[in-house]
Amino acid sequence: MEQQEKKFRLNVTRRRFLTGAGLGIGSAALGTLLFKDQLMGKQELNSLPLGVAQFAPKAKRIIYLFQNGAPSQLETFDYKPLLNKMHGEELPASIRMGQRLTGMTANQDKFPLVGSTFSFAQHGQSGAWVSELFPHMASIVDELCFIRSMNTEAINHDPALTFFQTGAQQGNRPSMGAWVSYGLGSENSNLPSFTVLLSRGRGNGQGVYSKLWTNGFLDSVHQGVVFSSGDDPVLYLNNPAGHDRKSRRDMLDQLAQFNAESFETIGDPEINNRIQQYEMSYRMQSAVPELTDLSKESDTTIKLYGPDCLVPGTYAANCLLARKLSESGVRFVQLYHQGWDTHGNLAGDMRMQAEDVDRASAGLIKDLKQRGLLDETLVIWGGEFGRTNYCQGKLDAQNYGRDHHPKCFTLWVAGGGIRPGTIYGQTDEFGYNIVKDPVSVHDFHATLLHLMGIDHEQLTYRHLGRRYRLTDVAGTIVPGIIA
Amino acid sequence: MSNFRSQSLFTIMQKRLIVFSSFLLLFLIGFFVFREQDSVGQESIPVTVDFNYHVRPILSDRCFKCHGPDANKREAGLRLDTEEGAFAALKDDPKQHVIIAGDPLASALYQRITSTDTAEVMPPPSSKLSLSQNEIAIIKKWIEQGGEYKRHWSFIPPTRPTVPKVDKSLRAKNPIDNFVFAKMKEVGLTPNSPADKESLLKRVCMDITGLPPSIEMQERFLNDNSSNAYEKIVDELLNSRHYGEKMAISWMDVARYADSHGYQDDGYRTMWPWRDWVIHAFNKNYSFSKFLTWQLAGDLLPHPTKETRLATGFNRNHKITQEGGIIDEEYRIEYVTDRTNTFGKAFLSITLECAKCHDHKYDPVSQKEYYSMFAFFDRVPEKGLVGDIQLASPGDPPNMKISTADVRSVLSFINKKEEGDVTVMIMQDSANIRATRVLKRGVYDQPTDTVDITTPAAILGFTSFNEKNRLGLAKWLVSPEHPLTARVFVNRVWNEFFGRGIVKTVGDFGMQGELPTHPELLDWLAVDFRESGWNIKRLVKLIVTSATYQQSAARSKKKQQLDPEDKYYSYFPRIRLNAELQKDLILSSAGILNTEIGGPSVKPYQPKGVWESTTSGRGELARYVQDDGDKLYRRGLYHFIKRTAPPPSLLIMDASNRDQCEVTRLRTNTPLQALVLMNDPQYLEAARVLAQRMAITTGTPREKIRVSFRKILCRQPNEKELNRMEAYYQNEYNKFKGRPERSAALLSAGEYKQITTADPAETAALMQLNHMLINLDETTIK
Repeated sequence: MEQQEKKFRLNVTRRRFLTGAGLGIGSAALGTLLFKDQLMGKQELNSLPLGVAQFAPKAKRIIYLFQNGAPSQLETFDYKPLLNKMHGEELPASIRMGQRLTGMTANQDKFPLVGSTFSFAQHGQSGAWVSELFPHMASIVDELCFIRSMNTEAINHDPALTFFQTGAQQGNRPSMGAWVSYGLGSENSNLPSFTVLLSRGRGNGQGVYSKLWTNGFLDSVHQGVVFSSGDDPVLYLNNPAGHDRKSRRDMLDQLAQFNAESFETIGDPEINNRIQQYEMSYRMQSAVPELTDLSKESDTTIKLYGPDCLVPGTYAANCLLARKLSESGVRFVQLYHQGWDTHGNLAGDMRMQAEDVDRASAGLIKDLKQRGLLDETLVIWGGEFGRTNYCQGKLDAQNYGRDHHPKCFTLWVAGGGIRPGTIYGQTDEFGYNIVKDPVSVHDFHATLLHLMGIDHEQLTYRHLGRRYRLTDVAGTIVPGIIA
Repeated sequence: MSNFRSQSLFTIMQKRLIVFSSFLLLFLIGFFVFREQDSVGQESIPVTVDFNYHVRPILSDRCFKCHGPDANKREAGLRLDTEEGAFAALKDDPKQHVIIAGDPLASALYQRITSTDTAEVMPPPSSKLSLSQNEIAIIKKWIEQGGEYKRHWSFIPPTRPTVPKVDKSLRAKNPIDNFVFAKMKEVGLTPNSPADKESLLKRVCMDITGLPPSIEMQERFLNDNSSNAYEKIVDELLNSRHYGEKMAISWMDVARYADSHGYQDDGYRTMWPWRDWVIHAFNKNYSFSKFLTWQLAGDLLPHPTKETRLATGFNRNHKITQEGGIIDEEYRIEYVTDRTNTFGKAFLSITLECAKCHDHKYDPVSQKEYYSMFAFFDRVPEKGLVGDIQLASPGDPPNMKISTADVRSVLSFINKKEEGDVTVMIMQDSANIRATRVLKRGVYDQPTDTVDITTPAAILGFTSFNEKNRLGLAKWLVSPEHPLTARVFVNRVWNEFFGRGIVKTVGDFGMQGELPTHPELLDWLAVDFRESGWNIKRLVKLIVTSATYQQSAARSKKKQQLDPEDKYYSYFPRIRLNAELQKDLILSSAGILNTEIGGPSVKPYQPKGVWESTTSGRGELARYVQDDGDKLYRRGLYHFIKRTAPPPSLLIMDASNRDQCEVTRLRTNTPLQALVLMNDPQYLEAARVLAQRMAITTGTPREKIRVSFRKILCRQPNEKELNRMEAYYQNEYNKFKGRPERSAALLSAGEYKQITTADPAETAALMQLNHMLINLDETTIK
């Protein structure tokens, strides 16, 4: 029986391999996910599917701390004292150069420059500037690599977020996490390879949408699975009232018997696959709550992330959960934290947002480092675009707002394969244009995939007549941020 | 291999390298042979190489990107997608020709693909494309045989082929079988014997109405020994008002129907009267030509009615933004783009969208032609942004109000109960609203040349159509010379029934799409469909009454080997019910399905926080307010679709997120699907109610189990199965006996009215049994 079953599993894998579109590498990845123990040794888990060149990966896993709504680079990491000097003066046309405006400021007759209300200081060996909002992040700047020359094509939230996550502003394309899952498969047979964590701060929020973590045209096994700490960590995971593990086991055994009998008469290998899926769901039922239970974390850990990390659904709790998921072999952990859309009341909102994320973001880096995981885990912190150097709405002594700005913004990356203590790229004194080493979203994606050991031009999937890839038809690796 | 063996003087290092490369080569060849088998059904190079079947797929995939229809990206002035280009002299060396018929070695094409010089070889290594030895051999043989070019198969209008003769013993029932059986014979296969009556009944019920047969119907069919017993059932199903619901599901995917606007804060919209019309149109068996004409151009007919204008909502189902900062024109262009692309995918199965930013890389659609198609949909007096979420309306202009008086008269098929009007978005053309221009790189603010309204010449010209608008476009689609419309539709219907299109790439009939496995069958069906007056019910009946459809699903080892993908239809494919139908089956089996048709979409059970964790908090769809009562038991197609957070129970089962036009769904098998079936209250509740209803009947547990089994699996259990189920029941009974609190907890599932039973332990054990049956693989297969 066992031998027979194994054979059929191989059949399933082979069949999927053959019927998958194009190179069939996604199907191979699926095989990896489902049958890794049968088919390959543990050492080979990181090997890419057939058809994609592999080079030694520098990172095995990604944690993406998405700051949804777009935090201002000018109040955080891109210090522009000139703006304080020219506070209230008009943005010179020679700097703006006809840049497109959003519908929210297009009708403004004035574009007064505005300097940061928060003070800046240099930190660490690298001398990176960090504002007073982020004391904890400031303490670890030598672990981080700041890219000050990020730029994007989109100027509004929905298209910009979609672009960052899927490589295209429109369309139902697979998310980065889905691509990575497709390319590399899973390291843990009890957990999905792409998970999503959601939180909302107290600032002006912009929603998120499930298309950000969609599998698009890839097999839905690559779809992001939303996790949370608390009682119901994954949709439909919990046994309903009156059920316990024993009764579930009994049911699964019954199902397996019936299904095996169907297989005997019908011969459809998909039936065996289904038996396996039920078994995996059963394993998930015990593996996931164990993982999402944060109550057993040590005091030292809690201190790192801050006390909020014990409150389910907070950014801090999600950072801690991200570490645990990643540590357990989840390839791609995608966080979204809403609340950075500071069109007005920037001074107040930024402070609240920073309070929620600073400690836990830094804590995550420290925690990974102390566990020896930072070298193989790539952490990303940043939003979907930047914010304007001029004021949106009324500029008064206490407060101001900033509109969307796609031409430059800062994000930081750390860990696996990243050159620590780096400041990459440069913007002009006005913080409006990039003057050195621009990094596009496609470049950024190409570099991330490279660090994961994947050639971004080869990780393709043929769908409706063309080969799609995360980087569309662009993307150049940025060697300057690679260790 | 022999190449490697003949070269004997190598250092150890080199030998190692060779061993490695030979291994690699072997592996790659192995891979290719599988692929080859997979795509053309032959292991070796065909005796006669056919351009459409063997050569063009290679040229298209590896060469057209730089040597194809896109004039701007064409390298060295060389194009291989046309015969003139392929036999031309080389631009930079006029003495040489790309292809010389009969002489591969003298043909530049062959020289370049076999060159060992990395600077010379084609495709260039930097393209990351390459040709296998087998593919090179096919091209060589094709040139040797004369290098004949043919028009792409799908652009040649179909003609009715002769129905092949097949052996009487195979019991063909209609021409479908002749084509399928003849093909099977070619590859050494024979059809399966007919499915048993119970399996067939479930299959045809789920396929036509999407609802399982009741025990009464099962009995009736089992006991009917007349020769037309099956046909009677088919007719009964086709006349059921649930037929329209079943057919509507896939059309809603095509039309990207949803109940919200789709971007960012994602406000509410009321397009459900359009969905009610689709159900009505299928039930009334509107011809496909009328069905598509009304949807494309119901407003432009000589005498438009409220009904024909409602149908045009098809082209307004796309997403609409309410994000405050956007630029009006940018999004208006998005909407027109969506309509154009949807048109291409839904009716032509051509990836028009590839030509928005540049000439199509593979298919003969220039960028200019793209915008000529775009022009049909570019005349709507609409805005890119109507307002932010606070101002968002359920139906942006142009729109139409549907009043209670309408529903009492001309729109009687709309299930509107509430007083007050419903607003639906519809199509409208404004005269001279704007000249459509080509957009450079597809960017909204880079218009260049003005284009005429017309259709791609390679498919079918537009000059003979008088109305230069969407009505003309609809007439163009249904004209007898059109090569695609009928093929595309019959292929999609076929795909619904067999889980695989005759053209497997249901959404791509272009050069990069797969070739039809049964081209004559496809053409026969297409012509027959068109000549029948585009009669959809007739097409469905033809399919389900074929012997091919009525085969058993058992696959022998031989068939598993020769036909693992079932592309020869040598057995009936086991297809998992789609997301909506799984729910319908279970609710119906438990007798709690609400069979009401149409009306506003409903919000059944959903895990907490799905909407709440993604929203910004703005808009009326920020929080999910679950419905109660009857609305919990509506069919799956009525589930409220909020695009930014679609119902997880459906999405996990591979339903479309309705972001854009989809013509087929993925079918996956994941652990999350198991979790839904095991833990979604909807399924637990169905198991509970059915258990309670069984519990209050008289009879032994064995008899009750038998009834449950028949309701859920739509067949009678055998003795062995009954014994096993009874043992399981008994085991569960022992767990609950004397533990009323545990039974009560289990039986608390769902809001459906509780039925008090004498022995809660018996009811709980029956519920466990029902729930186990719901989770069986067989249950979820049609």
